Amino acid sequence: MKSVQKVDLTKIKPYGDTLNDGMVQMSFTLPVPYGDEASEAARQLAAKMGFDEPAVVYSKDLGVGYTYFVMYGKCSHTVDYTSIEVPKVSMEFMEREEVEEYIAENIKRDVVIVGACTGTDAHTVGIDAIMNMKGFDGHFGLERYKGIDAINMGSQVSNEELIAKAIESKADAILVSQVVTQKDVHVANLTELVEMIEAEALRDKLILVCGGPRISHDLAQELGYDAGFGSGSYANHVASFVVKQIVEKNLI
Amino acid sequence: MVSKLNLNPELIDSARSAARNIAEDVQNFIDKNTTVAVERTVARLMGVDGVDEVEKPLPNVLIDAIKEGGGLSTGAAFWIGNAMVNTGNSPQEIAEKVSAGQIEITKLPIAHEDKIMEAVYKTAQEMVEKIKNNRARRDEYLNTIGEGRKPYLYVIVATGNIYEDVLQAQAAAKQGADIIAVIRTTGQSLLDYVPYGPTTEGFGGTYATQENFKIMRKALDQVGEEVGRYIRLCNYCSGLCMPEIAAMGAIERLDVMLNDALYGILFRDINMQRTFVDQYFSRIINGFAGVIINTGEDNYLTTSDAYEEAHTVLASQFINEQFALKAGLPEEQMGLGHAFEMNPNLENGFLYELAQAQMAREIFPKAPLKYMPPTKFMTGNIFKGHLQDAMFNLISIWTNQGLQLLGMPTEAIHTPHLQDRMLSIENAQYIFNNARSIGDEVEYKKDGIIQKRAQEVLAKAEELLKDIEKEGIFDTIEKGKFGGVKRSFTGGKGLEGVVEKDKKYFNPFIDLMLGGAK
Ligand code: B12
Repeated sequence: MKSVQKVDLTKIKPYGDTLNDGMVQMSFTLPVPYGDEASEAARQLAAKMGFDEPAVVYSKDLGVGYTYFVMYGKCSHTVDYTSIEVPKVSMEFMEREEVEEYIAENIKRDVVIVGACTGTDAHTVGIDAIMNMKGFDGHFGLERYKGIDAINMGSQVSNEELIAKAIESKADAILVSQVVTQKDVHVANLTELVEMIEAEALRDKLILVCGGPRISHDLAQELGYDAGFGSGSYANHVASFVVKQIVEKNLI
Repeated sequence: MVSKLNLNPELIDSARSAARNIAEDVQNFIDKNTTVAVERTVARLMGVDGVDEVEKPLPNVLIDAIKEGGGLSTGAAFWIGNAMVNTGNSPQEIAEKVSAGQIEITKLPIAHEDKIMEAVYKTAQEMVEKIKNNRARRDEYLNTIGEGRKPYLYVIVATGNIYEDVLQAQAAAKQGADIIAVIRTTGQSLLDYVPYGPTTEGFGGTYATQENFKIMRKALDQVGEEVGRYIRLCNYCSGLCMPEIAAMGAIERLDVMLNDALYGILFRDINMQRTFVDQYFSRIINGFAGVIINTGEDNYLTTSDAYEEAHTVLASQFINEQFALKAGLPEEQMGLGHAFEMNPNLENGFLYELAQAQMAREIFPKAPLKYMPPTKFMTGNIFKGHLQDAMFNLISIWTNQGLQLLGMPTEAIHTPHLQDRMLSIENAQYIFNNARSIGDEVEYKKDGIIQKRAQEVLAKAEELLKDIEKEGIFDTIEKGKFGGVKRSFTGGKGLEGVVEKDKKYFNPFIDLMLGGAK
């Protein structure tokens, strides 16, 4: 009996029920009326996307002359997994107790962190998860940390107010949460904050971190932040990053 | 009706009476005050509309002028009426002249009270007739083309562009939706004015403007006639312009309005004094216009735990019921809110959700309850999400909910795509049809998990209401008992727009609209 084929990590493609069959399931809508022509259009489009043997397995009239499709196709492309690099906050995260010790040993004073959900965004649950005593999912928030003075300004905070608070409290770090991302509102808002901080000549004196379910480290860096944290982040991740940066950037 | 949950009617009565006292207490405060939004609404209802050359709405121009002249406590109706008597102009012409700096509205000679009243009531009566006619028009539609069966399928559109919204709304109606809600853009609730004209830019939603209401109303009437079902239109009468939006909705024949002061206080940090006063007038208008209101209890469960805090939802429903009654809004128009938001990993979570929904049904038998889908525990796993929504739909048909806000499998990711809505409607239609009479067939085990859970939630709600009755609602909110969010009496946005009424104050529309058509 032939043994199972080995995966070639330099040329991977989707797996359905056999290695390298390339099977993908997908669904989308086309702005054309339901019918055979619509399905053919979907098939041709999938072929252009690089799928062999594209098949429409279901289609439905959405009214208003649009059609919905569920499709399968065999992906003809591959990627080299061995050459992949993803920008991440590349560090070993410390647990809360370790962060507390790190502050006591290396910084020897309270670290001040100001956070807010800014602009018109009213989602507080994310920033609360990171900052409030209670934390999230069994991980305590920054307020609970010895050696950290955490100031959570809540939601719908303007960039002006946030900066004013950071100056007043002599903050070491600013944490910004952005949850609403439709039409890239978050990008405009996050960019404005960086520009205002630069205008105040504060950029070198602060660790600037943003977070939210659609925020990646990559995007954050592109926008001029030190780090970005997405879904599944906990207070200890941010805390580890901030305290290490304080030491690294010599902001003690 | 026999209680399937074996609920103690004495506890229900006691909770209701505590809620009545709570509402009464707030009503005493409300009756003494007015707000800039209430007065702008009076101006709008007297026919003031449009914007000046810097896009400032004329109702704002007019009310700001009255406020600056120190006349707000007498009410806009008084000043507009006085100006009408003095100039012989219409309210719109007066607003335009105030805007052009041609008259100082608070400096005109004060006419005889009878003359002012006569002018005001004549104009006010015209608007009241118009709104009555809208109501009659809706009834006519319902009697001719009819409507979908309850629970109504309620979906949202939120593209930011009213014309794109129209396309999506018409598609949804063809797929089976009964109610289309046009979600407002982020941040509109904090604007102390209502934007003007048709709009094509918004984030996470579309601006509520009178023109947008008109465009969508027309589109839904059109598609309703085509599909043979009246399609209801819903918007958001909350935030700093609560009563103005109620008025605009009444004028453009909206059918459903989100309308809840507590939501604004807790989730938008709107000042509580301001928004309770605003809410009262907005509910009078909604009541008169035959609009079903939706209250926002479901939102508490996004910031606090749905299992632990279930009684706060019930307590708030009791309070909202009393506030609505005070504003003359009948039970048939009270879309009290609640939601399917328990952690899906909770063992027997479905039974607890069922208990909650059945309990709300029994305690508010005539209310078209607004049932909200799972949102908080929706994730990028859209397939599991579709199942979560199915569980939610099953409870709705089982317990005979009124307005079913359909969950979208993509809830955790984006505002709905065209196909998401179709999948959700299909999900609900399948389950509603397949399990239509389940509620009539199935009873609950005596003292079983479901009965006990409902009894426990009711008992806790009654206890909370009695506490609130002692402390007053303002203190209760200050202590963070709803949604775990604390707000102060003098904090938040919009307090500067509240003034105490003068002895001479009057608002003709409270008089003409409170308690329905006379
Ligand atoms: C709860 C909720 C609400 C509640 C918010 C209550 C509150 N006080 O927060 C209410 C009902 C008020 C609400 C309102 C609206 N919402 Co909402 N809401 C949600 C919901 C259901 C859950 C969000 C949540 O609490 N997640 C749980 C937290 C813990 O997760 P998180 O935010 O991702 O946070 C984690 C990480 O991202 C990270 N993180 C987050 N911030 C930060 C910051 C830093 C510095 C760091 C390090 C990490 C970090 O750490 C956290 C813990 O791991 C989502 C849908 C969903 N299931 O995700 C929609 C959702 C986010 N809402 C949405 C929208 C559009 C709105 C509205 C604009 C709708 C409207 N037009 O009215 C309004 C917003 C009004 C406004 N001004 O913002 C959209 C956003 C779409 C988009 N991509 O733009 C979503 C996705 C729903 C949808 N499908 O349409 N919403």
